[in-house]
Amino acid sequence: MTLRGHVHKYGTDVNTDVIIPARYLNTTDPQELAQHCMEDEDPEFVRRVRPGDVIVAGTNFGCGSSREHAPIAIKASGVSCVVAKSFARIFYRNAINMALPILECEEAVDGSKSGDELEVELESGAIRNLTRGTAFQAKPFPEFMLELLQAGGLVEYTKRRLAGKA
Amino acid sequence: MGMTIAEKILAAHCDRREVQPGDLINCRVDFVMANDVTAPLAIQEFRKLGVARVFDPQRVALVPSHFVPNKDIQSAAQAKTMREFAREQGCVYFEQGQAGIEHILLPSRGYVVPGDVYVGADSHTVTVGALGAFACGMGSTDVAIAMATGEIWMRVPPTLRFIYHGRLNRWVDSKDLILHTIGQIGTDGALYAVMQFEGEALRDMSVNARFTMTNMVAEAGGKAGIMPVDQVTLDYVRPVARRQWTIYEPDPDCQYAATHEFDASKIETTVALPFSPGRTAPLSEVVKQDIKIDQVFIGSCTNGRLEDLQEAAEIMRGKKVAPWVRCIVIPATQDIYLQTLKNGLAELFTEAGCAFSTATCGPCLGGYMGVLAEGERCVSTSNRNFRGRMGHPNAEVYLANPAVAAAAAIAGRIVHPEEVL
Repeated sequence: MTLRGHVHKYGTDVNTDVIIPARYLNTTDPQELAQHCMEDEDPEFVRRVRPGDVIVAGTNFGCGSSREHAPIAIKASGVSCVVAKSFARIFYRNAINMALPILECEEAVDGSKSGDELEVELESGAIRNLTRGTAFQAKPFPEFMLELLQAGGLVEYTKRRLAGKA
Repeated sequence: MGMTIAEKILAAHCDRREVQPGDLINCRVDFVMANDVTAPLAIQEFRKLGVARVFDPQRVALVPSHFVPNKDIQSAAQAKTMREFAREQGCVYFEQGQAGIEHILLPSRGYVVPGDVYVGADSHTVTVGALGAFACGMGSTDVAIAMATGEIWMRVPPTLRFIYHGRLNRWVDSKDLILHTIGQIGTDGALYAVMQFEGEALRDMSVNARFTMTNMVAEAGGKAGIMPVDQVTLDYVRPVARRQWTIYEPDPDCQYAATHEFDASKIETTVALPFSPGRTAPLSEVVKQDIKIDQVFIGSCTNGRLEDLQEAAEIMRGKKVAPWVRCIVIPATQDIYLQTLKNGLAELFTEAGCAFSTATCGPCLGGYMGVLAEGERCVSTSNRNFRGRMGHPNAEVYLANPAVAAAAAIAGRIVHPEEVL
């Protein structure tokens, strides 16, 4: 699967409180959550984001609370993928579980600026910065994670597993 | 090769003689939890699985804690979704008025015991690791799978060892140890790893004080926090345990990814400055900045236990909260609330001019019960001070131990507790 979109770049420790503040956790509706995505980090994000866009960030992206509302808000805002230097562990699980692609690639983060156009090939982890004509290689997914992503997330994967058992 | 405590627990839960860091395992869980914010999503995903019943209703707990008593119509609807599911499935459930914050409530009622694998849809699930259990925070979808199947996929984490030699100084408690530690290793210093805490400084520490340390493993990026089981643990567990427990000891030749050693007698009372739990400074430096405050919050899963409230009460006894400052005190569970009514603490705080409330997470996550306006500043005994955490993105939160928070409420600025005694 090839994804293409413009970069929205952020720093380190982008936490789930700024991705989706707790004042909006009284709903689970993806569209409602998307209206407040990144609100406390970048109030302009929701106005600027276009379908397919890529969030690019430093280390420890998604740290803090376990709220799955954070990857839901990102996915529902139209973002196709998150590229970061590293991810906080619960966010990593949550994103893979709901089939929101996330890639770890330090060089791509350092080599991209907000507004650049990126092309990401999910299976291989190849990232190309079309604006700058540069190419990077993300850490490939472990096989199991790729299976989860390809199944469409953990629920679909588990459904198949349970059906296989029955 | 030898195994750490965490590795032994995980191996026992996937029927393997040995596991190593990096192994992907499918692991049995002993107990599963979700709260009023995370359960609605977990229930939604559970329904998609097409499974009729949870794997074992006595091992699934649903705890209303975050937005209860309900703050608005939407949060009431979320609590209702959870209540109806609990009733339908016969899960462990505590109604508002009998509940409290899950991370304090569940171990105090013996639902999680040493040797367990316990997963919860809340990052501070790690708190219970102080009992020598593998307690891990996850998202709602993971917890839905665990509720349905009694199993969860897990990557075996490496273990980092933290040893605290020596004795604690006066005005330094477990909150200061963990704040100091996160300040040293950073907010991703334990990313994907287990933090194993031990040493002389922890030996005399109550389980309740130990919980404060494992609680904030989440703020260092850790997957679990764990402490070896000792007599203090057993004295806590024995009267309340609902199941038989298992004690796991580390093998002498087990491998730690790193060992961090501290001289506890050199650790000072510590404060985390806005906007990160890793931005720490000794209180002695912070007081020089003459930081005026608007609000104090004493409570949360980090420091809402009876002895935390007692620590704050010793500072506030016979005094009044400073003019133009509000102080919010919230016991973490209704059991603790009841004790404060009986032992005079509720009266003491109310006489001092505090807002004293029934158990809830309250202002910690800026949901309700003490949300900050733009430009306001709060000293809080909770665990996070990210931008916007407790209200407006331009409000500031300083994290501290209960004595420092209480002293700030009396002085109206951040001071050393001795200054108000």
